[in-house]
Amino acid sequence: MLFLSIALMYACSKKEAGISPEEEKIIFSIPANFPEPAYNFEENQLTNAGFALGKKLFYDARLSANKSISCGSCHQQFAAFANLDHKVSHGVDNCQGKRNAPPLFNLAWQKAFFWDGGVKNLETSPLNAFTDACEMKTDLETVVSFLQNTQPYPELFKKAFGSSDINSQKVLKSIAHFMGVLVSGNSKYDKIMRKEKGFTFTTTELAGYNLFKEKCSSCHAEPLFTDFSYRSNGLDLVSLDEGRSHITGAAADFGTFRVPTLRNIEYTGPYMHDGRFYNLDEVLEHYNSGVKNSPNLDKSLRGGIRLNDTEKDQIKSFLKTLTDNEFIKNTLYSES
Amino acid sequence: MKLHQYLLALLCPIMLLSSCKKSGDEITADTKSSFTIEFEHQVNGAELALNTKNYKNAKGEDFKINVFKYYVSNIKLSKADGTTYLIPESYFLIDESKSDSKMITLNNVPTGDYDKIEYTIGIDYARNFAGAQTGALDPINGMFWTWNSGYIFVKLEGTSPQSTATNNAITFHIGGVIDPNNTIRTFSAEINAANPLRIRTDAKPNMHFIVNAASLFTGVSDVSFATLNFTMGGANSVVVANNYAKGLFRLDHIHN
Repeated sequence: MLFLSIALMYACSKKEAGISPEEEKIIFSIPANFPEPAYNFEENQLTNAGFALGKKLFYDARLSANKSISCGSCHQQFAAFANLDHKVSHGVDNCQGKRNAPPLFNLAWQKAFFWDGGVKNLETSPLNAFTDACEMKTDLETVVSFLQNTQPYPELFKKAFGSSDINSQKVLKSIAHFMGVLVSGNSKYDKIMRKEKGFTFTTTELAGYNLFKEKCSSCHAEPLFTDFSYRSNGLDLVSLDEGRSHITGAAADFGTFRVPTLRNIEYTGPYMHDGRFYNLDEVLEHYNSGVKNSPNLDKSLRGGIRLNDTEKDQIKSFLKTLTDNEFIKNTLYSES
Repeated sequence: MKLHQYLLALLCPIMLLSSCKKSGDEITADTKSSFTIEFEHQVNGAELALNTKNYKNAKGEDFKINVFKYYVSNIKLSKADGTTYLIPESYFLIDESKSDSKMITLNNVPTGDYDKIEYTIGIDYARNFAGAQTGALDPINGMFWTWNSGYIFVKLEGTSPQSTATNNAITFHIGGVIDPNNTIRTFSAEINAANPLRIRTDAKPNMHFIVNAASLFTGVSDVSFATLNFTMGGANSVVVANNYAKGLFRLDHIHN
C-alpha cells in the first residue's frame, strides 16, 4: 500500500501544472505490481541535486581516457539503456568488449550485476566500466582529479553533498541516484496487471502470455522477467566464455550467465551474452531447434522448447507488451 | 576435605558463569586516550626494500618485491578480565611505498591495561559487498576488484626468475570471502602480562609489529614460483592466506 501511494504521488506530481521538469522532485517510484527492491536509497538519500549530478556524470564522455566514451555511449536510452545494434560495444580506441552491454533499468531490484553476477552492489557497478581497457580505460584518480578541476563539477558536488570536496564515493553514490531511479514499470503488460482502465491483451498477446507462462516463466519470472539465476541455455556445446565460473570458480557454473530481463526486449537487441542473435525470431528459433547439449545445460531446456510458427508469433506479440515507451521517452533520463 | 570438594563443586559453575558473562562485556571507560601501531616490513629478517633487493622463498627461489600492501581491520583489544573493546571503523591500508601508512593511530580508546590484541587481515564480509566506501576502503586505492566485488586483502607483486609468467612476474592478490575460497584471516597476539598495553590519558603507548612479507610463501605449504606465480582470489589465494595467517605478523615490543 505504501508502494502504491508512492507510485501514485509520483504519478500526481508528474501531472502538476506549472512545475518545470527541473523542479520536479525526483522520486524512486516502485510500481504497484513490483516486489520490494534490493537497493532502497536508505544509505544514499535520493536528492534532485544528486540525481542531476549522477546524470551529468553518466553522459560525460570526458571521464574516459580519450574523452570519447561515456556510460551513455553504450547504454542508450532509446535502446532501454542497452547498446542498439551492437553485439558488443566499442570502448576507448575502438577496443571491443567481450559481452553484450546489458540494458539499465530496474537495477534497484538486482542483487548482482553483469552477465556473471560478479559485482554485488549498484553503487560499485560503474567501476568496471571506468577502468576496463575496452570501456572507458581510466582510473578513479584521474576521474576524481578531472572533476575537481572542471567547472561546474565542484559546485554540483556541493549542491548534492553539501561540500565541494570530490571523492570516488560521491561520484559513485550520485551515479547510483541516476541508475537507481531508472525504473521501467509502465508497459502495457504492467497496466494490464495493475488492472488500469482501458488496457487489455489482444487475443494473440493473451495466447502468447499463456504460452510464456507455460514455457518461459520458470526462468524469466514475473514481474521482473528474470529470476536472477545463472544458467546455460545451450548456445554452444563448449562455451567460449566461461561466464559465471569466472566469479565462482565452480565447474558447474561454466558457461552459465545471468537470466536477462525481457522487459523492453523489443529495443534491447542484439541478444544473448555475446549478442549473437539480431532479432527475436533467431532467439525463439534457438529455443525451438538450436539448443546444444552443453555440459551445464539447464535441465528445463533439455530438448529445447518446441514452438511452431503460430506460437512464436504469439510469444513475440506478448513480449512486445513489455515495451515501456514512457520509460524510453522520459526526458528526465535523457542527456540534456 | 569433603567440605572443600562441595564448596569447589558449588563455586565452579558460578565462576564459569561469571567468567562467561565478563568475556561478553564491552569495555566502557569515562577516560579515553590513544595508542599507535607501527608495522615494520621485513623479508625473513631483512629489511624490505622495494624493487631492488633480492630475497629467497622457502624453496630457495629468488624474488624481488615491487608492491606490498595489505589491510588491517576490526582491531580488538582485551583485558585480563576478559572484557573487550572493538575499535569502531578501524580500517587501515598499510602500504610499503607510503611510509606514513606504516604508523597508525587509534584514537578514543578507553584507558586501561590490555593484554591481547586481535585484528582481521583483510576486510570483514559485509564491507566487501557494501556500497561505495571512502578513506582506506576507497576503491581509488587499487585494492578493490571491479569485476568481482570485494577487496584485495593482501597484495604482493614482484618478479622471480623462476616465474613462468610474462616478464617473470609474480602477482599475488589475495582476497575473496565466499566459501570455499574465503580468505578472511584473523591475527591475535597475547601481550606479556608484565608489560601490557597501558593506555592512559597521559601515556600513549606504541606497539611494534614485525611484518614478514615472505610469510605468504611458507608456513603451511611452501610456494614455488615455478608453479604458483599468479592468483587473484580462488583456491590458490586460500593457500597463500593460510600461509600468512601463521607468519605475517609478530608483536615485537611495546613502548609504554
